[in-house]
Amino acid sequence: MSDTAIKPTQGHRIEWGSEQQLKNVKRRYAADRRLQLFGLGAISLAVLLLGILVFSLVQTGYKSFVQTKVLVEIPLDHPSIKRDEPGKGSYRVIVRNAFRSNFPEVSGRRDLRNVDRILSSQARFIVRDYVVANPELVGQTIKIALPLSDPFDQLHKKVIPSQIAALSQREKQLFKSLQDRNVVSIENDVTVVQIDAFIDPEKVAAQDLDAGDYEGVVKEGLRSYFLNYQPSSYEPILADNAADAVKNFVQQNPGVVGQTVQVKVPVSEHYDVLNKGSEPFVTNPRFDSAKQIEQYKALNEKNLISTPFNWELFFNSDSRFPEQAGLAGAIVGSFYTLLVCFLISFPVGISAAVYLEEFAPKNRYTDLIEVNINNLAAVPSVVFGLLGLAVFLGFFGMPRSAPLVGGMVLSLMTLPTIIIATRAALKAVPPSVREAALGVGASRHQVVIHHVLPLAMPGILTGTIIGLAQALGETAPLLLIGMNAFITAAPGGILEPATALPTQIFSWADSPERGFVSRTSAAILVLLGFLVIMNAIAIFMRQRFERSW
Amino acid sequence: MEPQVGMDQEIEKSTVPATGVSEKPGETAALNPKMKAKKVSVYYGEKQALFDVDLNIYEKSVTALIGPSGCGKSTFIRALNRMNDVIEGCRVTGKILLDDMDVYDPKVDPVQLRAHVGMVFQKPNPFPKSIFDNIAYGPKIHGMGSNKTDLEEIVETSLKRAGLFDEVKDRLKEPGTGLSGGQQQRLCIARAIAVSPDVILMDEPCSALDPIATARIEELIDELKQNYTIVIVTHSMQQAARVSQKTAFFHLGYLVEEGDTDMIFTSPNDERTESYITGRIG
Ligand SMILES: Nc1ncnc2c1ncn2[C@@H]1O[C@H](COP(=O)(O)OP(=O)(O)OP(=O)(O)O)[C@@H](O)[C@H]1O
Ligand SMILES: [Mg+2]
Repeated sequence: MSDTAIKPTQGHRIEWGSEQQLKNVKRRYAADRRLQLFGLGAISLAVLLLGILVFSLVQTGYKSFVQTKVLVEIPLDHPSIKRDEPGKGSYRVIVRNAFRSNFPEVSGRRDLRNVDRILSSQARFIVRDYVVANPELVGQTIKIALPLSDPFDQLHKKVIPSQIAALSQREKQLFKSLQDRNVVSIENDVTVVQIDAFIDPEKVAAQDLDAGDYEGVVKEGLRSYFLNYQPSSYEPILADNAADAVKNFVQQNPGVVGQTVQVKVPVSEHYDVLNKGSEPFVTNPRFDSAKQIEQYKALNEKNLISTPFNWELFFNSDSRFPEQAGLAGAIVGSFYTLLVCFLISFPVGISAAVYLEEFAPKNRYTDLIEVNINNLAAVPSVVFGLLGLAVFLGFFGMPRSAPLVGGMVLSLMTLPTIIIATRAALKAVPPSVREAALGVGASRHQVVIHHVLPLAMPGILTGTIIGLAQALGETAPLLLIGMNAFITAAPGGILEPATALPTQIFSWADSPERGFVSRTSAAILVLLGFLVIMNAIAIFMRQRFERSW
Repeated sequence: MEPQVGMDQEIEKSTVPATGVSEKPGETAALNPKMKAKKVSVYYGEKQALFDVDLNIYEKSVTALIGPSGCGKSTFIRALNRMNDVIEGCRVTGKILLDDMDVYDPKVDPVQLRAHVGMVFQKPNPFPKSIFDNIAYGPKIHGMGSNKTDLEEIVETSLKRAGLFDEVKDRLKEPGTGLSGGQQQRLCIARAIAVSPDVILMDEPCSALDPIATARIEELIDELKQNYTIVIVTHSMQQAARVSQKTAFFHLGYLVEEGDTDMIFTSPNDERTESYITGRIG
């Protein structure tokens, strides 16, 4: 080998500023920029999607963090309330009468009942619990804010309108087709439609013009415009007195029996409004009457209605009535479930990972176990749910809906996550630390317990918390073991029936009441809040561990 | 134990090439072997890394292991305190005697062995703990200091012997990883000393350090040999010449030549040794 062999030859030298080089440099810069743009684009997309998610949740959910309440003055002097047994009074009557006193002018069973329905049907229990907690108030008059029923809560938060459009798009179109035929006009301030009415002698007898089936005649006449439609879709266009118009016409012209005549008949109220150029409205059917809404407005004008922070969302358990439904049961249930899950999966996961990583002989069986653990992490959670259903509930006969079983099922899911994270964290501990410990005479288990595990702990904790966070959001396995039951009290232990946050969200999302829509979003926000808190704890603990070295 | 001063005082000392380390008169290397390797072969799985090595390591002296990269110096030094045990597939045949006790005897506990034969590694590797805990850890796990004052005493004497005490006495609670590289390596030496070993193995202890820190460590080794038997692996011929009394030259897994350091460096018997110390192989 001579020296010249390693010197670059003239043809292969990199020339500053040569065309080829300039092109290369340009291409490289372009590639760099492209890569950066792709990365930026991907991140912006991710942030955007996250933003949209959170925004839409907050948009629908924030309304559930306040609750519409009305201040009611309740005299607690009813003879049924006894100071020594304050829980037993007829609170239904007391609360009802107290609230009705806002509207002394209302009478009649129906109207009074409608007044009652402005207030949440659960109000009496709130008053009862309040009096039980403060028995010295018996005999006095208290002022207490009681929740409105769901429709009024939603009305006050402007989620639902008090009035809705009376005619559907389809109904308006049918009417428009009449207008297009130029058969609709206004006479004496009443909208009328002109129909070709065949005064059928079988329906209207010439001898007895008063008793004829004029309604049939009118409907038959209108039908000619809507041959392809169901009568139920176009007949509502006719006013109730449309038949009378034909009757009057025939009575004035008795000779027309048996002939087809052009008659103008009035249209019903909503179409009349529509034809005069405005939108017909009716009271929202979620309310009992328009009067009820007036009564609500009267309360609002008297400044009796307020929207305080909805503590009940956190301190109440589930309820059929959205204005009273809260997450306490689900939060406590999730807490117990995660506690069980943590107590099982953390020690078992760490032990398994330490054994596999530090002590297990490297052979085929270890490899097999490793592959299976990795596969376990990819098993759909619903399968674990089925397993729990079959084994824990079916075979061992454990209680349904219990956080114990939920935690056991979820720990099957978190175990592989924890094992994998722990092994990665153990692997990341530098070999020099092991050598150092071995060098001063630490045994293998001392090396692991005194040096490797503490160093790996931040990674292990992060893995554990990620596993638990996954478990917190897991729904399917909990549904299978019945943790979506309707339970109105927080569980007192791990063996009592309970729900969890995700299953609560699932059942609320399934409920028809309008109030549950925003409560579902609120529950999701609470769940996300807990996830953020868990991650914050993970970060905090990592820093604590790092500082103590 | 007091250093043995006596008739077998080394007169050849003065012929060692001039170094920055002052040679204290009266310092000796007694010629009774502390450890003996007899026909030691080491295998990594199928691959043999050491071939029938016979080597004596003499008490209270410094033995330098030299040789080109990959020749098996680390393998040999790690065999002396059974650090190879933790390497999957590593096998040792032959005998290694520590005071006539075979260290590979199944009855010998490797953990106790490592308390007698301590080790200092190439890269300073203090535990990510406080300086105090770094040194107290070994005595603690061997049950040497039963209470806090005992441990404090051990820590102080170890640090003093490692020549680090004055530099760190005010910050024993601070992490050992916060020291400079040279200080960290002296901390590691103090840590090895803390369990009062007979033999200290050092695998290229200065290769990650600058010349000043290196000189500091070399001085320290020179002091330590009064009380400890030291085996040091080094790539620096000058370092071997400066600090050691005995030198062993390894090549391709074989022990080629061993003997008094100045002998090896002035008149080697084997031509491979000569090529290596004159820089022709390596
Ligand atoms: N853990 C191991 N597994 C397999 N082979 C190994 C292992 N450690 C060392 N070897 C091999 O054994 C031989 C001797 O290695 P060793 O580390 O003892 O060399 P060395 O003399 O210390 O080299 P260096 O001066 O570069 O540190 C080398 O061929 C090396 O590849
Ligand atoms: Mg080496």
